[in-house]
Amino acid sequence: MDGTIMTSELMKSGAEALLRALKAQGVEVIFGYPGGAVLPIYDAIFQQNEIRHILVRHEQAAVHAAEGYARSTGKVGCVLVTSGPGATNAVTGLVDALMDSIPIVCLTGQVPTHLIGNDAFQEADTTGITRQATKHNYLVKRSEDLVRVVHEAFQVARTGRPGPVLIDLPKDILINPAPYSEPSSAAHRSYRPRTEPDPQRIAEAIALLKRSERPIVYTGGGIINAGPEASKLLTEFVRLTGFPITSTLMGLGAYPASDPQFLGMLGMHGTYESNLAMHDGDVMLNLGARFDDRVTGRLNAFSPGSKKIHADIDPASINKSVAVDVAIIGDAAAVLRALIAAWKADSAKQDKEALAKWWQQIDFWRSKNSLRYTQNQDPGSIIKPQYAIEQLYKATRGRKTFITTEVGQHQMWAAQYFKFDKPNHWMTSGGLGTMGYGLPAAMGVQVAHPDALVVDISGEASVLMNIQEMGTLAQYRLPVKIFILNNQYMGMVRQWQELLHGSRYSSSYSEALPDFVKLAESFHAVGLRAQTVDDLDRVIAEMIATDRTVIADICVDQKENVYPMIPSGAPHNEMLLGPEHKNGGDANVTDAGMALV
Amino acid sequence: MSDSNLRSATISVLVENEAGVLARVIGLFSGRGYNIDNLTVAPVEQDRSKSRITIVTSGTEMVIEQIKAQLGRLVPVYKVLDLSQGPHLARELALIKVVGAGEHRQEALRLADAFRARVIDASTESFIFELTGATDKLDAFLDLMRPLGLAEVSRTGVAAIARGKGTIE
Repeated sequence: MDGTIMTSELMKSGAEALLRALKAQGVEVIFGYPGGAVLPIYDAIFQQNEIRHILVRHEQAAVHAAEGYARSTGKVGCVLVTSGPGATNAVTGLVDALMDSIPIVCLTGQVPTHLIGNDAFQEADTTGITRQATKHNYLVKRSEDLVRVVHEAFQVARTGRPGPVLIDLPKDILINPAPYSEPSSAAHRSYRPRTEPDPQRIAEAIALLKRSERPIVYTGGGIINAGPEASKLLTEFVRLTGFPITSTLMGLGAYPASDPQFLGMLGMHGTYESNLAMHDGDVMLNLGARFDDRVTGRLNAFSPGSKKIHADIDPASINKSVAVDVAIIGDAAAVLRALIAAWKADSAKQDKEALAKWWQQIDFWRSKNSLRYTQNQDPGSIIKPQYAIEQLYKATRGRKTFITTEVGQHQMWAAQYFKFDKPNHWMTSGGLGTMGYGLPAAMGVQVAHPDALVVDISGEASVLMNIQEMGTLAQYRLPVKIFILNNQYMGMVRQWQELLHGSRYSSSYSEALPDFVKLAESFHAVGLRAQTVDDLDRVIAEMIATDRTVIADICVDQKENVYPMIPSGAPHNEMLLGPEHKNGGDANVTDAGMALV
Repeated sequence: MSDSNLRSATISVLVENEAGVLARVIGLFSGRGYNIDNLTVAPVEQDRSKSRITIVTSGTEMVIEQIKAQLGRLVPVYKVLDLSQGPHLARELALIKVVGAGEHRQEALRLADAFRARVIDASTESFIFELTGATDKLDAFLDLMRPLGLAEVSRTGVAAIARGKGTIE
């Protein structure tokens, strides 16, 4: 896109040129909130029918909704907010999308160009504030740049490692006439992400993998971002090789969780078998994951004996925290295609005997059943949160179900006990850990998939962070189900306080909670409550059968902790198992570990 | 893990000459906790469409590789070149004001001559020297001027380029 415009047509206003460019980029829905600086855009939206606008109740929710939309469709999510507070409210959502590599284009209003820098009403230095919160951002100062910038923003958001891109739009640019031109297919001047892997690196990877005795495939959100084709290729590769596979939180669903080769999630709350396989493996193949600190635990004890192969589309993700032996830069689908072809073409024989022995070892770890818990089935018994998730999973099997989460214990239980067999059906805030993500994200998913069952698995603390979006759900009749695991605590904070801070529950009790059933009713939704285990299945069934927004308030065991757990600063082979296991419950955390989050 | 030996690196970055590009580069360094020992920037194309940023930084090999990768993925960056991986030239210019009289003044002038610094302003009580050279040469000269009435310094920062016919593009 080099400004070489073939045909350009002068549009009556910048706002009209903008909308035409959005349509050319395939935008069907915008999540937004109006204000003075963006009124020209809202006026243009009013006068057309192709792009639907969803009016949220807070700008942060607009971005999360666009994230849910993007994550569940593979398209770019679009956000429209006003200047000043509209833009600053959106910042949390932008950083969330940046951390989790979600393609978003966020349009912000700005005061007219002649007022920029004058501390005008609702002025904020939006490009300054969001420079580190976005993949890239733009301030449009000339009408002739407007359409080129919009086209370019979508290209930057969706290609390479995807991410949020912000366009700051001064009001005069929106009002004045602006030329329109179609998107150009020319390469960007400076931005050219690499997608095809280097064949030499692929050959090196295959040489290591073919000779491996204890291989482990470790996958992340990059597979999801590479599209459904990458998930198919991943399944093909894993079946072809017979390797065990584990996934990060962000990568769940890329490989079918119900398949026996899948060891479950890894990391701080990953399964025993996946973490020990990572620790003891001799060749690790990382596809589209980034050696996050929640995955590696103590870095100098992370998988000490393995040769590491890392494939990622972002060169900066390679050798950032963990030095690797083979670095492959490329799109996950392209890398997998190349790996499959090279594996088949390579004449070296795989050591099937060693692999069988490795699987024996893994099956032994698996037999520990690290996710074990006990649910007392006597009527009147308290509900275990893990059981609530398992029952929800059973009740939704065979349906088109999308799950979003907030952040905390419920998020980890959802990741552990809900089995995702397909990509793009699991939306969670992994990198930033944003409480309040799940409800608006579910809103965005439901807008994209009106007939699907969309459940926000949440906690009573997180859900209150964007509870105002109940209004949006009501306005657009979005039948999102909000499944609250209500333990009356910020559960993960309480868990850390129990394990690391002498059970001093400082500010983690959810004092003065609302009555969620009445809250639902006040927002024109249906409120349900399960107090004891004998209520649970009935409430889940009623929730699913209700064709309206539902809040299901599931009262769960207040003292339950998420296990297994690798305490901060500990290596993978020093996991804590739950109270069901003999060594359960005692965290030996060093001072250095205490300083970690 | 890589070794913990620190090394200095001189990195040239060719960027689109647009508003905010320097802030992106500096924000990257401050946000990720990298060092900036020295930084210069100026347009280098005839039409002023591109600028060249020269950054002197230090870190472990792993950190320097990471800095280069992070710079490389900024949208307005055309090219990142680690000059310290090959033979290269680095120069900076300093304007140095020395105030004094008598023997000190004489000595300052003699030393300036030895360092090939030019006198570009003089009064009865002061000189301003212009000195070009590698950073360590400038540092050495300033050390010598300090007891002789060094009053003020303005330095440009480092401009650097690879030896031979190869170019950054």
